[in-house]
Amino acid sequence: MPEILSYDFMRNALLAALLVGAVAPLVGIFLVQRRLSLIGDGLGHVALAGVAVGVLLDNQPIITALIAAVFAGVAIELIRVRGRTSGDIALAVMFYGGIAAGVVIINRVDGSQSSNLTSYLFGAITTTSTGDLIVFGVLSAVIIGVTLALRHRLFLAAGDEEYARASGLPVMALNITLSVLTAVTVVVSMRVVGLLLISALMIVPNAASQQVARSFRSATLWAVLFGMLSAVGGVVTSFYADTAAGGTIVLLAIAIFLLVAAVAALVTVATAHRHRVSERHPHEHGPGCGHEAVPHGDHVDYVHGSHLHAPHGGHYDEHADHATYPGATDPSDQEHVTR
Amino acid sequence: MRVTAVHQDSPLRGAPPAIRLDHASFGYGGRPFTEGVNLSVAQGEVVALLGPNGSGKSTTVRGLLGLTDHIAGSVEVLGTPLQDLADRSRLGYVPQRHTLSSSVRSTVREVIATGQLASRPWWRRATAADRATVTEAADTVGLADRLDSDVATLSGGQQRRVLIARALASRPDVLIMDEPTAGVDAANQVVLATVLRRLAALGVTMLVVTHELAALRGIVDRIVEMDAGHVSFDGTPRQYAEHRAAVSRAADAGHHHHYDVHHHDDEHDEPSGVLLSGAGPMDGPVEDGES
Repeated sequence: MPEILSYDFMRNALLAALLVGAVAPLVGIFLVQRRLSLIGDGLGHVALAGVAVGVLLDNQPIITALIAAVFAGVAIELIRVRGRTSGDIALAVMFYGGIAAGVVIINRVDGSQSSNLTSYLFGAITTTSTGDLIVFGVLSAVIIGVTLALRHRLFLAAGDEEYARASGLPVMALNITLSVLTAVTVVVSMRVVGLLLISALMIVPNAASQQVARSFRSATLWAVLFGMLSAVGGVVTSFYADTAAGGTIVLLAIAIFLLVAAVAALVTVATAHRHRVSERHPHEHGPGCGHEAVPHGDHVDYVHGSHLHAPHGGHYDEHADHATYPGATDPSDQEHVTR
Repeated sequence: MRVTAVHQDSPLRGAPPAIRLDHASFGYGGRPFTEGVNLSVAQGEVVALLGPNGSGKSTTVRGLLGLTDHIAGSVEVLGTPLQDLADRSRLGYVPQRHTLSSSVRSTVREVIATGQLASRPWWRRATAADRATVTEAADTVGLADRLDSDVATLSGGQQRRVLIARALASRPDVLIMDEPTAGVDAANQVVLATVLRRLAALGVTMLVVTHELAALRGIVDRIVEMDAGHVSFDGTPRQYAEHRAAVSRAADAGHHHHYDVHHHDDEHDEPSGVLLSGAGPMDGPVEDGES
């Protein structure tokens, strides 16, 4: 057994990281879609006020943080619906009021050298107890269950709110659900990456997954994979390198994003010279367009005079005639042959 | 598609109109933006709704969809009062949108499938029949070969057709389109017109808000023009052409104000004959290949 697994607190830490790594990007993709990437940050600020109240009452800070964050999540949606400019300012007052109250109350209770405060702001994953882990596990299961059950509806409400409303979906309820899911994710993640870094774990894995995915489904799966990789990798790295776990997780997530983006850019450059766009093409090929359709690997080519046109984005690529190259078996090889 | 089956099986005579507005007014925040609008669309009919910006045509159409407040008058959809319409997916909506949201990746198939969400409860998954309908809808708009493409890579006209397919995926009884041809290049307008013609031939009832009548030539059965919150013209394309010609003649003769309909847009100043002639630049080769 590797050294890291011989400690109880590290086993708990790794399990907590795995949960958070999966849950945060799963919810985060809808925030990216709604262009509300920073909302998790705001909810984290308000959650700190909840933590402070828990510390003050000598109660479970997780429960009070959950109440504060969910309350703020619902409030955000109600304020957004009004659509006034003052709504933006109301959000700012709520967010900064939350973090300011949190800092003041915790320092008042614990003294100015409070380690409690930093552990909530930047995470203290190695202090995760088995009891915490059970609470995180239950909350994560709820988040995953609700998100998976409603993912198509959340996707539509986030992508085209007007159409969702016209087709009779309860858009307001869906938006509040997403807001509450975000709030619960913030609270589950606060011990792992800290309230100030939560947004990063919700958003950065999605930024990376957008570079490789072609569908919403695959983007979600990639984001969860990148999230778990960063969270678990970050905890392991922090154990051996003796660094702060929360910050290490976020830096690893950013490193993955940069690596994926660089590879994606290289692939684009490497394939660009083999990508021939056909002549200006006002006619659009389609079923029954008069041009013979030829299945070609994962797409359909159209016989256009002596050559093949393959739909690619808004234009057509020149694809070589299949019959000319009987030796080539991989469709991607055939694509690149020029005559 | 089922839409066609319904229309072919049921005798149109005696059937309730697809849409009936009786002195209906819509608006925002309790304030009406339209006067009492009277409008009836029969099942299987294709109606173009014209009018300058601010004429109330969008407010009316969005009112039918529940996006603006229904303030007064009566509104019926297939014989059911609007406020009692439980299944809103009977109205398929194609919003005016130049592009789809591109903040995250999604495929044509994923976007079209969202059109079915409102017609089934949240715990029920898409059935094989639902998935077949998605493919069928994509085929109707000529995008069957792009089902797994990222929508962000499609042209504006193709994205517009994805939105039409999304509306078709719920098997609606009426399609409501807001400016389907606006901002689309000529080649894609031809394809869009072909798609609309195909839908019309299938017997799909359509209410099309548009500025570009030329692109819809031969598809539209009736033209309704709105101005300043009320209906200012209602008739066949031929009558509309004559109406426009009369308005032009009056304007030329300096008797402009004898008519209560004025020139609002440059688009309306096209020669009347264009509306009636069968062959024009818009009846391109695609249409021939289609038949």
